[in-house]
Amino acid sequence: MASAPAAEDKGARLPWLRRWLLEHARVLVATLGRLSREPVSTFLTAAVIGITLALPAGLHVLVQNISAISYSWEGTLQASLFLEDAVTPERGKALVRELEKRQDVAKASYISREQSLAEFRELSGFGEALDLLADINPLPAVVVVTPQRNLPQERTQALMDALAALPEVEVAKLDQQWLERLYAILGIIERAVLIIAAMLALAVMVIIGNTIRLEIEGKRDEIIVMKLIGAPDSFIRRPFLYTGLWYGLAGGLVAWIFVTGATWALAGPARRLAGLYESSFAIVGLDAEATLIVLASGVALGVLGSAWTVGRHLDRYEPG
Amino acid sequence: MTDHIIQFHNVSHRYGDVGSPALTDLSFTMKRGEMVFVTGASGAGKSTLLRLIALLARPTRGQIIVNGVNLASIRRSQVPLYRQQIGIVFQSFNLLNDRTVHDNVALPLVIRGFRHDAIGRRVRAALDSVGLLGKEKDYPLSLSGGEQQRVGIARSIVTKPMLLIADEPTGNLDPRLSRDVMQVFERFNKVGVSVLVATHAIDLIRQLPHRMVHLHHGRLRDDEPLGHAPVPVPGNPDG
Repeated sequence: MASAPAAEDKGARLPWLRRWLLEHARVLVATLGRLSREPVSTFLTAAVIGITLALPAGLHVLVQNISAISYSWEGTLQASLFLEDAVTPERGKALVRELEKRQDVAKASYISREQSLAEFRELSGFGEALDLLADINPLPAVVVVTPQRNLPQERTQALMDALAALPEVEVAKLDQQWLERLYAILGIIERAVLIIAAMLALAVMVIIGNTIRLEIEGKRDEIIVMKLIGAPDSFIRRPFLYTGLWYGLAGGLVAWIFVTGATWALAGPARRLAGLYESSFAIVGLDAEATLIVLASGVALGVLGSAWTVGRHLDRYEPG
Repeated sequence: MTDHIIQFHNVSHRYGDVGSPALTDLSFTMKRGEMVFVTGASGAGKSTLLRLIALLARPTRGQIIVNGVNLASIRRSQVPLYRQQIGIVFQSFNLLNDRTVHDNVALPLVIRGFRHDAIGRRVRAALDSVGLLGKEKDYPLSLSGGEQQRVGIARSIVTKPMLLIADEPTGNLDPRLSRDVMQVFERFNKVGVSVLVATHAIDLIRQLPHRMVHLHHGRLRDDEPLGHAPVPVPGNPDG
């Protein structure tokens, strides 16, 4: 450009950084003011976004709680210690008494090789076949150990390691196959929640994009006038981006309220159910980190959704 | 820097690929600080001429130099910055009706990032210069057509541009208001602003001592100072 506009008075324009910050602050406040003057339509848009965001957030909370419950069930597990063949029944019973003194063991009981065989004969239906083995008993003596309730996972693992390391024990096995299966299922659900979240994130962008598109169409004349008097695209774009930001943030807040309200409403029945199982389980809602993620994704999706729309629609309105 | 604010060199413009040419091989210059009227019937090319200067359109052929800058060298992304140097006044006022007079006039300053106090000062000065001080809080639709146009003029000069272009600024106004508006333009011209006004209000501008450029079917027909060759009024008085 050959020259600045004539007779620019000194100091009338701010240094660019302060100008930039002030302009952003101005638009931030102005767009909030404009949205708050239309509370109903703003709320409806925020509610749609909020419901869409609440779904993945709620599923996340559900998975967290199921993990917590199944985790607390670990306390009801039993560990089977298969003893070396050389260990005498006396030594085995002594071992039981030693184990019961441990802090992390609730109960221990000894099952002799004969008892094992009798039990197996009864339960497996191989009774006749086992008779053929005559005197040979293939089953080891077993010590069944019940760990203390609600032992944290590290301590359960430490206990298992300690039990396996005992010289009398050949194999120590925690009866947790079903729990592992549950964890695997939860892993799938967690992944599914991510996929659902990704799809709903797209939906939020479409919702916000469409809302912004209507606003752009409503401001067609204003955009043309702005362009005529030399407003750069960034200046014209900014109010729409901040409108998207506010919609996203409001949607995130609505989602937080929905999920928190739902967990609050379920807390009572859940406590009663937990009481029946003698569990100390209590339902947990969105923690600080999850709340931050919900709000931040609302904001990010709002800005992205409107940027995507503004980028596609602004060029349509050229003066002339 | 040249002493010409606007130079057209063999400029042609055609709308679309097959349309009849709006401007054909037009060459004319305007000196810095000059006030020029572009006249001609509807469709003679007046609006096209202004649109080319405001970069609302690009010439099909030829060269346009404004304030020493060849407009062909201005990329699309630089157009806003270029337009900020020019004040543009429209026949249809182009005010934002949901904003007060003050906010309308302040808009070009807000775009440029002026300080808050500087904006207030300049807006008041601009409104004062068009005789609308005291109407700052009003909304455009509560004003008369002439007042609305003066708001538009205030908005175009609030940034103190070196060049003011106006397309039929009096097209929607009665003769008395038209004269008022032209006088406002003259006042700005007296303080050094170059002013280019496209108009068909030939009777009005005949009384004013400024150069006229007459367009006829997209060609220059008369580019002489007033008085040397009286321009015949085209047949259609409102055209």
